[in-house]
Amino acid sequence: MSLYKKSLAELATGLREREFSSVELTQHYLSRIDAHAGRLNAFISVAHTAALASAHAADQELAAGRGRALTGVPFAHKDIFCTAGLRTTCGSRMLDNFVSPYDATVVAKLKDAGTVLLGKTNMDEFAMGSSNETSYYGAVKNPWNTKLVPGGSSGGSAAAVAARLVPAATATDTGGSIRQPAALCGVTGLKPTYGRVSRYGMIAFASSLDQGGVIAGSAEDAALMLAVMAGFDPRDSTSVDTPVPDYPALLGKSVAGLRVGIVKEFFDAGLDAQNQRRIEESLALYTKLGATLKEVSLPNLPLSVPTYYVVAPAECSSNLARFDGVRFGHRCKEPRDLQDLYRRSRGEGFGAEVKRRIMIGTYVLSAGYYDAYYLKAQKVRQLIAKDFRDAFAQVDMLMGPTTPTPAFAIGAKMDDPITMYLNDIYTIGANLAGLPAISIPCGFVGELPVGLQLVGPHFSEGAILNAAHAYQRETDWHRRIPQGCA
Amino acid sequence: MSASAWETVIGLEIHAQLATRSKIFSGSASSYGAQPNVHANLVDLGYPGVLPVLNAEAVRMAVKLGLAIEARIAPTSVFARKNYFYPDLPKGYQISQYELPIVAAGVLEIVLEDGTHKRIGITRAHLEEDAGKSLHEGLPGVTGIDLNRAGTPLIEIVSEPEMRSAKEAVAYMKKVHTLVRYLEICDGNMQEGSFRCDANVSVRKHGAAEFGTRAEIKNLNSFRYVEKAILYEVSRQIDLLESGGRVVQETRLYDADKGETRSMRSKEEANDYRYFPDPDLLPVVLAEGFIEEVRRSLPELPDQKAKRLASDYGLSAYDAGVLTASRELAAFYEEVARQAPGEPKLAANWVMGELAAALNKAGLDIGASPIASGHLAALLRRITDRTISGKIAKEVFEAMWESGSEADAIIEAKGLRQITDTAAIERVIDEVMAKNPSQLADYRSGKDKLFGFFVGQVMKATGGKANPAELNKLLKTKLAG
Repeated sequence: MSLYKKSLAELATGLREREFSSVELTQHYLSRIDAHAGRLNAFISVAHTAALASAHAADQELAAGRGRALTGVPFAHKDIFCTAGLRTTCGSRMLDNFVSPYDATVVAKLKDAGTVLLGKTNMDEFAMGSSNETSYYGAVKNPWNTKLVPGGSSGGSAAAVAARLVPAATATDTGGSIRQPAALCGVTGLKPTYGRVSRYGMIAFASSLDQGGVIAGSAEDAALMLAVMAGFDPRDSTSVDTPVPDYPALLGKSVAGLRVGIVKEFFDAGLDAQNQRRIEESLALYTKLGATLKEVSLPNLPLSVPTYYVVAPAECSSNLARFDGVRFGHRCKEPRDLQDLYRRSRGEGFGAEVKRRIMIGTYVLSAGYYDAYYLKAQKVRQLIAKDFRDAFAQVDMLMGPTTPTPAFAIGAKMDDPITMYLNDIYTIGANLAGLPAISIPCGFVGELPVGLQLVGPHFSEGAILNAAHAYQRETDWHRRIPQGCA
Repeated sequence: MSASAWETVIGLEIHAQLATRSKIFSGSASSYGAQPNVHANLVDLGYPGVLPVLNAEAVRMAVKLGLAIEARIAPTSVFARKNYFYPDLPKGYQISQYELPIVAAGVLEIVLEDGTHKRIGITRAHLEEDAGKSLHEGLPGVTGIDLNRAGTPLIEIVSEPEMRSAKEAVAYMKKVHTLVRYLEICDGNMQEGSFRCDANVSVRKHGAAEFGTRAEIKNLNSFRYVEKAILYEVSRQIDLLESGGRVVQETRLYDADKGETRSMRSKEEANDYRYFPDPDLLPVVLAEGFIEEVRRSLPELPDQKAKRLASDYGLSAYDAGVLTASRELAAFYEEVARQAPGEPKLAANWVMGELAAALNKAGLDIGASPIASGHLAALLRRITDRTISGKIAKEVFEAMWESGSEADAIIEAKGLRQITDTAAIERVIDEVMAKNPSQLADYRSGKDKLFGFFVGQVMKATGGKANPAELNKLLKTKLAG
């Protein structure tokens, strides 16, 4: 049976038309997860029993003719979304024992839609990392070459979708954590507009940048998922109360006349020459489809990495203060006193990268440094947002590379955080400006996939999904399956 | 050098718990006295992934306060995180307002006992969440955490350092206490900690341009403690300075049992709170229309009411201030004055005098007075129509307090109706004069002081029921012979 080769859209249709049952489909994917789990390390938890129970329930709905868009469709959550009754670790020893008493809003929405949760995917600890090597549960392997990283922090979700262990998985993106692993694993990753998807129940890394989204096999599949995940949530004050379009229905329109901005600053010295060639070939295809290209400049974009590495650690240093060993999570053995409880619980519970960012964040918020770092970074952030606004006055969306290079070797950058951080140089801008962006597979360098990034104005998910879909109707990069996963 | 060479400088930070039904950022009830952690949901517990949502009612209450103190209401205010670790602070930060508070630059007028008025500037008032409580009692070797209070809404009202004595500080705190209860934004319960303050106290030589170094006395939850703590702290600082020492900037605690303040932590040990705008909450943007709507909802405020009482009833500013200390007291007074017409001053004296003393002694609020306003007015009417004297009225009042009966019933039952019949009084005077010939002779030979003796004898003989004015007049004539 080759159900795993089908798209989410095809699976949903097959379920509704009773070609196969949700239980069959769920068993199919669970057996793939069991077969590849050890090799790829993409999952932290697999919920065999609960998944089959959900599948049974979905089959009853389907049999009764009450099937909706995603009824009975299996998927996985990044282990950053709180799931009642199923352990939520955030890739950290700190939460190794944490079972959330509640469902995140995104979790509840997908549950209500009748989906079948297969398990929780591996991730960089507290979403801090670009290679999935900071996970307490070990590095995730890139399905295209298991000596290489899958990218991060949503490396488990990207690897699981690339290896067809799930048709789609949720993910989160603070500086590129959906798009960068999607690019390195050859799958489609959508980061929606800040405020489009509720953050309630998504464990916070950097609140003003974090945004939940999806990694799937195609733009069409991402649209199906987003339609369920998006929407205003009264429990998240930063979610935006604007109607959710019927994203799948927005696909299929021509891109003739689409004004595409080519960001000058994306094509810098750091961009791998072969990567660049794949991007240029993709842009040529868009031109063939009737789009027009125009070079635009985002002059402050080169400041996005330093800006990000002030703002994100500042927020994380405060967000992670609640992990103190008092109410939940890791608690050191036999604390001597309160200080000892704090020091050892946090010292033992957090890994090196998390500690590094907490220290940076604490420093930049300290009296005497706040103005020079945090306040300055916020000002630069405004300038970067303005650069994007100016660009969108001239073009409909921006296109460029998602990453400077294809996947790199496990261990290659772990001792050099700055080089690691520069991996997100093309993705961070969209987070700082709160913009929607998508990465789609656009070819290979050798055996390794390359990602093309599309960035649109606020709430233009429909438009960038349509542009991505138009490309995917003309190409089959997104249908390629890594050797060993077929 | 004498203490009078020194000037006291005081600023108060008052924390008033807002009387919202739910907490400031979560849907938990904000009530007092429940079992530990019953009113603490996942948001209050700071669980991973949860987010705060601002309670609109808390904002409305803050705006009410701002308008009542003629302050500037910020069109945009911002919540910030105050970061520090403590077990009763679940998130590791307190959500408060820092650079952009909701209320700024207000003023409040206080009236001192000698009738002088003083305007005290209010720097700012901001919204914040309260922390939980650490419990030690009955928990040997461990600390319990009760998060019922965590997240209850507070408004912190910060004064300018413009008070110059403990009495002024108390008058100011009482005024704020009165105001928040008028506005119905705080129950004012000080035992339960709903209304408490920190006092910043320093001293300097009279005429000095700079302030002295201040100490901050934390968590004072009674007017008496505020006064005593400030008096102690002022004399401590003066003693220190006069003996060649210097005051260090520090946080101090008031020990009510010992009646002294002691050091809690110095400035050097103070936390760096690393304030920054809370990214989980949007700036609070208030439309002019909303502010106007709140303004229209304001009740008659204490100062307006006091002015009206002073002019309508001819009361002194001080008396009007005392009577308007709470809405209930003012309403009680106005009801007494309405039902005992023509004697508003008498009504004021009775409400502030006998009734206030009795309530105070019994530890009761005006709302729980055993004597209703109508019953007190009926008693006052018997003074006005000369059925009883003021002195007898006090006896009747006591009986009313004890028995709950009405004045007329007590006057009848006890036969307290006053004697206004001239002939009857003259008859008693004659008897008294006959019984005391030597005193009469002395009086007539110039010992005027004996007049009081004769008044007393007549009153004794009539059981105090002789009308005092009538008695005076008749006695003067009779004694003169």
